Amino acid sequence: MQKVLPCVRAAVWRFCRHRVVRCVWNFTVREGGSLAYLAVLCAICNMIRKGWCCLVKGTEIIVKALKEEGVEILFGYPGGQAIDIFDALYGEDSIEVILPRHEQALIHAADGYARSTGKVGVCLVTSGPGATNLVTGIATANYDSVPLVCITGQVPLGLMGNDAFQEVDIVGITNSICKYAVTVRTREELPRILKEAFYIARTGRPGPVVVDIPKDIQQAEGTSEYPSEVSIRGYKPNESVHMGQIKKALSMLKRAKKPLFLFGGGVNIAGANEEVTQLAETMGVPVITTIMGKGAIPSKHELYLGNIGIHGSYAANHAVSACDVLLSIGTRFNDRITGKISEFAKNAKIIHIDIDSASISKNIVVDVPIVADAKLAAEKLLESASPLGVTGWMEQVQKWKKDYPVNMDHYQGLTPEKVIRYINERFAKPIITTDVGQNQLWTTQYIDMESNRHFLTSGGLGTMGYGFPAAIGAQLGNPDSTVIAISGDGGMQMNIQEMATAVALELPLILVVFNNGYLGNVRQWQKIFFDKRYSSTCLTYRKSCQRNCMKADECCPKYTPDFVKLAESYDAYGIRVCDEAEIGKAFDYALQHKDAPTLIEFMIEREADVFPMVPTGKTLDEMIMDC
Amino acid sequence: METKKRYISLFVENRIGVLAKISGLLAGKSYNLDTLTVGETEDPTVSRMTIGLTIDDITYEQVKKQLNRCVVVIKVMDFSEVPIHKKELLFVKISGCNEKDKGEIFRIADVFSMEIIDYDKNTVLIQCVKSENANNDMIALLTKTFPNRIEVVRGGAVAIDAVSTQSY
Repeated sequence: MQKVLPCVRAAVWRFCRHRVVRCVWNFTVREGGSLAYLAVLCAICNMIRKGWCCLVKGTEIIVKALKEEGVEILFGYPGGQAIDIFDALYGEDSIEVILPRHEQALIHAADGYARSTGKVGVCLVTSGPGATNLVTGIATANYDSVPLVCITGQVPLGLMGNDAFQEVDIVGITNSICKYAVTVRTREELPRILKEAFYIARTGRPGPVVVDIPKDIQQAEGTSEYPSEVSIRGYKPNESVHMGQIKKALSMLKRAKKPLFLFGGGVNIAGANEEVTQLAETMGVPVITTIMGKGAIPSKHELYLGNIGIHGSYAANHAVSACDVLLSIGTRFNDRITGKISEFAKNAKIIHIDIDSASISKNIVVDVPIVADAKLAAEKLLESASPLGVTGWMEQVQKWKKDYPVNMDHYQGLTPEKVIRYINERFAKPIITTDVGQNQLWTTQYIDMESNRHFLTSGGLGTMGYGFPAAIGAQLGNPDSTVIAISGDGGMQMNIQEMATAVALELPLILVVFNNGYLGNVRQWQKIFFDKRYSSTCLTYRKSCQRNCMKADECCPKYTPDFVKLAESYDAYGIRVCDEAEIGKAFDYALQHKDAPTLIEFMIEREADVFPMVPTGKTLDEMIMDC
Repeated sequence: METKKRYISLFVENRIGVLAKISGLLAGKSYNLDTLTVGETEDPTVSRMTIGLTIDDITYEQVKKQLNRCVVVIKVMDFSEVPIHKKELLFVKISGCNEKDKGEIFRIADVFSMEIIDYDKNTVLIQCVKSENANNDMIALLTKTFPNRIEVVRGGAVAIDAVSTQSY
């Protein structure tokens, strides 16, 4: 009975708000008019407004759009210009509204949700600061091709441009960092724009779309029709593949003596993992990936040589420098993977498959460009694929892989490698999110990935503070998976307030914090290239410290905050690990607690570095193995 | 790398913010444009832009791709290899003219097919519709003849693909 009553009340309330009821009440009960008179009025109203009984407010069509698009979870933070939309969502059982504690974390959570589920992540925030707080997250999603729809409230049309309270030109601000940004200017176009937003976000090369909706349009009444079709004359994503180019690529591969496959994030987004793995197996070609492409082929696969790039494996970087045909799928040839660009794969003919034509020949001039979806192109390649029989080359790369493994053997005691390898052994198919910096690089080096949608990291923009909120989104989208966020002590504090969100939502997240008391990645660069001038990178610094400190020792001040106490203050669990023997125990502790997140703080060697690395301006095979 | 003068004709949605989107895209990618003109077409929902750039081959390809992937861009027409008509409107106001100057201005206008569209006792306004290069020459000539006395405003090139096989 207690459950039924609120439902009945809500239904009655919704019914009372309905236009028909309001008309009947106003004309007959309040005004004392006749029903016949009302019927005439209705007919006129009907003619004028095209379906009077179906007229709904803008906010209601927004809710309808969300439902039609299959949105189950929405990440929202209310405010003055979004309050009407939140009102329309009140009591809407099919949509769960998540309230993170900061809009930046909100959009990272939506991003984590979208990356781990493949669905569109939806953000709803107010105008002004609500909207501007999304900016970093929009750019993050744009770089890594994550489908998001960001609905921002806006001041009423009449006030726009008047420097009204909490007014910003969010479309102008985000134009260069999103796939599409638009302000809704009439109530009539609202349903169409929402439909287009979801379509643009998830098709082609996915990306974030910003829909800015002024408050008066949210309140204005109009059609309740939500379009089922979408046609945008300026946007026609490529849905086919040029067979002539595929044939050219295959014949080039057949002539190759040292072929190599490079898989990027596009393979994971397109879900082409099985196809590309099969392709590599059929042709017998070694595979390397970018960090966004991690999991394109299982990391334990014998053909897999590791990540390429400035912290890539010896085998991967040398293979790309030595290969004669490079087939790359879904990568932008970003400067983090190419090293010195003029020397990148200098002996190789390059075949490049990408859904985004603008990614082709942008950084590296390619010989065979193929604009197509990764999955479709891989399927077509697979149809005519045959073994290439490059045994000599295969032996060479396998020797590199065996002789130069990536490890942290030169460090004693507790190392990130041991923690990450423990995760590999302990958990079956966990979802791993990372922050940015050394924690991210170590994770990409040591984590085992079997497939896509399980490794979430800000690869393109490199956004600190991404990992933890993304894990919240991933856990919400995958309630049955184990979600582990791996952060550093710096990045963890960039969105630490989300502990409240995770506790409120009772998420059993495991938060791994590698605490070295430094902004480690920058410190590493300062150590190697700036004579250990640790400028603004020490997080144990206190004003009383000696100036221009160049080292960390036992005399350093106490770290702040105390992460364990901090977690406990949020009603989460916290545990500190100083010794490698305690790693297993800490994860046991985390697994015992399913009602709230557990933060495990690993006190790692303060000046541990990420190796191998390629210094800026050097070629990939000029890597430093350690120092 | 060798740079060349090129023209792109761009069909875009005729909406608020589209010009800012296109110019912002070009600026954000550090592509320096020479001229950009925009106006409504026969279809009021479509605007057409003529963009003039001095640019190398590789960057130019990238510009076209970047423009093409904008949702508000309906069509990108590359005018570098096709016969086109292109013209630019130029106004030159020459002040402090005596009778002798006026005679000279009228002669120049006559020889180079420019129009005198307005004048008073000591100021003359010339209108010239020619290619950008020809307009450059006119400005150079008038600057030389009437130093520090001319005021120039240029409209930027507009271009359309030719009906015949020759460029104008």
